[in-house]
Amino acid sequence: MTRKVSLIKNLDWWTILLYALLVFLGWINIYAAVYNEEHQSIFDITQRYGKQLMWIGAAAVLAIVILIVESKFYSAFAYPTYIFMLILLVAVLVLGRDIKGAKSWFELGPIRFQPAEFAKFATCLAISRYVTQYNFKIHKIKSLITSAVILFAPMALIVLQGDAGSALVYSVFLLVLYREGLSGIVLFLAFIAALLFVFTLLWPKFTVLLIIVCTSLIVAKAYGLKWPAFAKAILLLSAGFALVWLVVKGLKIDVSNYLILIISLGLSAVPFWVYTYKNKLKNVAWTILIVFASIFYTFSVGYIFENILEVHQRTRINELLGIESDPYGAGYNVAQSKIAIGSGGFSGKGFLNGTQTKFKFVPEQSTDFIFCTVGEEWGFVGSSLVLLLLLTLILRLLFLAERQRSSFSRVYGYGVACILFFHLAINVGMTIGLAPVIGIPLPFFSYGGSSLWSFTILLFIFLRLDANRLELLR
Amino acid sequence: MNNFSNRIYVIGGIFVLVVLIFMIKLFNLQIVDDSYKLSAENNSQRQVTQYPARGLIYDRNGALLVYNQAVYDVMIIPRQVKVFDTLDFCVLLGIEKLDAIKRLEKAKNYSYRRASVFLKQLSSEQYAVLQEKLYKFPGFFVQPRTLRKYPRQSAAHALGYLNEVNNKEINADPYYSQGDYIGKSGIELTYEKELRGEKGKKIYWVDVYNRIKGSYRDGKFDKSPVSGKDLVSTLDIELQEYGELLMQNKKGGIVALEPSTGEILAKISSPGYDPEMLVGRVMSKNYRALVQNDSLKPLFDRTLMAQYPPGSIFKMVNALIGLQENVINPFTRFECHSGYHVGSFTMGCHAHVSPLDLRQSIMHSCNAYYANTFRYIVESPKFGSVNNGYDVWRNHVMSFGLGERLGADLPNEFRGGIPTLKYYQKKYRRKNLRALNMISISIGQGELLITPLQMANMCAAIANRGHYYTPHIIKSVGKEKGIDEKFTVKHETSIDPSYFPSVIDGMEMVVTGGAGSTGSLAAIPGIRVCGKTGTVQNSHGDDHSVFVAFAPRENPKIAILVYVENGVWGSRYGAPIAGLMIEKYIRGEISDSKKWIEKRMIEADLINQSEKE
Repeated sequence: MTRKVSLIKNLDWWTILLYALLVFLGWINIYAAVYNEEHQSIFDITQRYGKQLMWIGAAAVLAIVILIVESKFYSAFAYPTYIFMLILLVAVLVLGRDIKGAKSWFELGPIRFQPAEFAKFATCLAISRYVTQYNFKIHKIKSLITSAVILFAPMALIVLQGDAGSALVYSVFLLVLYREGLSGIVLFLAFIAALLFVFTLLWPKFTVLLIIVCTSLIVAKAYGLKWPAFAKAILLLSAGFALVWLVVKGLKIDVSNYLILIISLGLSAVPFWVYTYKNKLKNVAWTILIVFASIFYTFSVGYIFENILEVHQRTRINELLGIESDPYGAGYNVAQSKIAIGSGGFSGKGFLNGTQTKFKFVPEQSTDFIFCTVGEEWGFVGSSLVLLLLLTLILRLLFLAERQRSSFSRVYGYGVACILFFHLAINVGMTIGLAPVIGIPLPFFSYGGSSLWSFTILLFIFLRLDANRLELLR
Repeated sequence: MNNFSNRIYVIGGIFVLVVLIFMIKLFNLQIVDDSYKLSAENNSQRQVTQYPARGLIYDRNGALLVYNQAVYDVMIIPRQVKVFDTLDFCVLLGIEKLDAIKRLEKAKNYSYRRASVFLKQLSSEQYAVLQEKLYKFPGFFVQPRTLRKYPRQSAAHALGYLNEVNNKEINADPYYSQGDYIGKSGIELTYEKELRGEKGKKIYWVDVYNRIKGSYRDGKFDKSPVSGKDLVSTLDIELQEYGELLMQNKKGGIVALEPSTGEILAKISSPGYDPEMLVGRVMSKNYRALVQNDSLKPLFDRTLMAQYPPGSIFKMVNALIGLQENVINPFTRFECHSGYHVGSFTMGCHAHVSPLDLRQSIMHSCNAYYANTFRYIVESPKFGSVNNGYDVWRNHVMSFGLGERLGADLPNEFRGGIPTLKYYQKKYRRKNLRALNMISISIGQGELLITPLQMANMCAAIANRGHYYTPHIIKSVGKEKGIDEKFTVKHETSIDPSYFPSVIDGMEMVVTGGAGSTGSLAAIPGIRVCGKTGTVQNSHGDDHSVFVAFAPRENPKIAILVYVENGVWGSRYGAPIAGLMIEKYIRGEISDSKKWIEKRMIEADLINQSEKE
């Protein structure tokens, strides 16, 4: 009895309130998105809104079950759950059903079930467990590799299913590791890598290379390079470039400026590196190495982009960056989505009055593009409110995570917050043209049992852990 | 808790930052940028234009000249097209398979979702066959349109033709949109606004498949089309057709006016074309043929755009000015010895009695008489100088509506030209002109340029004894009886009505003066016809044959000009054709005694004959 009372008392009801509110808003927006005059009842279970209500009911039951289970269970069974999910992911590759090019669904009678959704919480549990093990040291190579394996295993299996979007979600654990002490430089490098990726696609190679060189010179300066040495470096580089240019032009060899810059960089880097090394400017020496790593990276970006990414992925990125524009082809989804959201104006067209979503101009409007219905019918006010509600929930989770005495609970809490954030960022970003089209759902909003249940499990395990925060100390 | 708890702010900061960026983007999309709202409307509303029936055109006696014929455009929405029996479809439409594929590609290039024209203007018969089988070809539907139809293959220049609007016209008037038809010439052009009516529209909600989901706001914003107004033309289609018959195989023009109103009874430019040639699918092909491949320029409306020297028919104007300025009187006689001679200057004339008075001078078309008269006018001491005299003379001439646009309700009216003083001063490089510099103008030659419409109008002014009404071709618009006020304004010439009878006497003698009458072939038993021949010197070939006339002498009902290029003598074609036209108009038929003239005129061929030479 006392246990029950303490559970109810210790539960974070704010989070539950936000959760309920979001699920409810999601449901009525699904109703609006697929509304049609023949099936006006919101409880009509032949329609998606009726079904979603059933999923919501089931999710509530699931939530209660999760809360009743002893909290120790989750850390104790983290690895078995993880292994079980991996097995499911392998099984779906063999037994799964092909839907829209992705073999990621089990079909059991009328119910379809997507293991990739559930792999999220399992992986989150596993990584939390591993990171809090006594022998885990964030800077030990072995620890890092093991964490990486835990993350890459489900990722790889999901990519094999043909659902690269869902696989990308796991990259967000970088933030979780950062919280647990991973160097900020790694985060910074990841950011730079993303920027370079975009630049390489957008601009000529020469420009990108010039940017790399200039940036690293500035970084080198910031890391203790003195003015005279800085000037020498620039002189050396310029002289090298001029020399190579003259030689090349003199011999009438047809070589692009880009290649000349690379050659001169290579030539001038050798004495410069020796200089910095001798003078024990370790950071500057590192910078030079990073410059060359970046150059290599820009090459590989081009290669990855042209050879590893599939055509539709490539065009989606090109559409996003404005390199291609085909509003009736590859860019149709985003063009229509922006039209729907943009036409909402300040306060929207009103519930059920959205024309773009109701008349099916926006594809996948009840699942991946549900935010369009929000934007069109509720306008700036409504879409901002939804964003702020989700943000509040995520920040609340961060706050809750930080108050945990148990590291396991903390890491898990961060994991939940980061996963929710990644979905929010990619899903909403995609509908307004700020992120490439990656088919992942908007938490609590998008239609679908699997995703709703997966987010519910993810969240309520954390709430269960949080309710127990005072009893556990590890 | 551990050492890194501060990092919550970095991670939380990233989250807040991303959401903030999203909100700024949303603000921009939803509030700042209006273009998305417009796109949304275009997306989900379909405006179906309801085309109004274009106004009909009748002749003065109620005969229908232009009406509308239903045709059917086959429309296509490529997205909805499913695999279909191409061969069957092509046979139905009467097109080649390759052509069909090309059209399909074109429609796809235009838009995958929006309707565009697949094949224009099926006839009712073709449509009837197609309609039964249309269900087999999803993605295709039929949109009714109308085309102009001409029950009489006549009056093409006057009626004008329609064509699709070009970009310039769309920019000039927002009423038009791509694919609309607009009057390009003739009545269709000047009365475009009255004829076109007003387009209506129906707005529907459509879904992404372009399926109609119902009426937009229950039709609150729908508009019914308003039909164009019917026009009644001043043309007498019987006379018009008769004129075209008489002018066949000849180059030139006829303009017949009702002097008491200025109404255009007939307006023939020859060679002409069948108005049906510039309608529908055959139009562009025919248009090219008419413009490029026909040296006779059948699209060129000679009655309004050809600027000819008028020749001797201009002598009446000179006579009237002489009378008005009191330099001659009806009994003034001038001698003529085979022409007019001053020093080394000679202007030839043909053989006739000498000396002659005013009436005789008109009858015999004496050049010397008018050279003298012209000199007396411009050299009259009361003007002080020839320069001033010429200006006075020119103003008199222009009061007959010559040398400037009359302002008829027809497009492309040319102004002709009466040379200015400046022109002569420049030409002869002298400030003070001499009468001899300009003397050829006295007999309607030289630099004088006048359009057939202006010549006919000049004749109407003489018939009216000193005034005219602006020529026009439309009697009434829609149900209103009135016409534009500018067509009921009486334009007075600068000649006093009392001077006209003697000139008109002379004109009557031209037709019925006995021996020496140049226009005797225009005579009609029982009708007093007054006329004047003209033979216009033409350096490029045979001289032009010109004749003006009006009849009957009292209360004239018709004033007419006939201009036959390369007709050699005014008496040869101009006079007989004018006589036939007058008789046709007044009597409705040609008397037996003149049938031989009619036959000769119809059979005369000046075009193919000259080509043979």
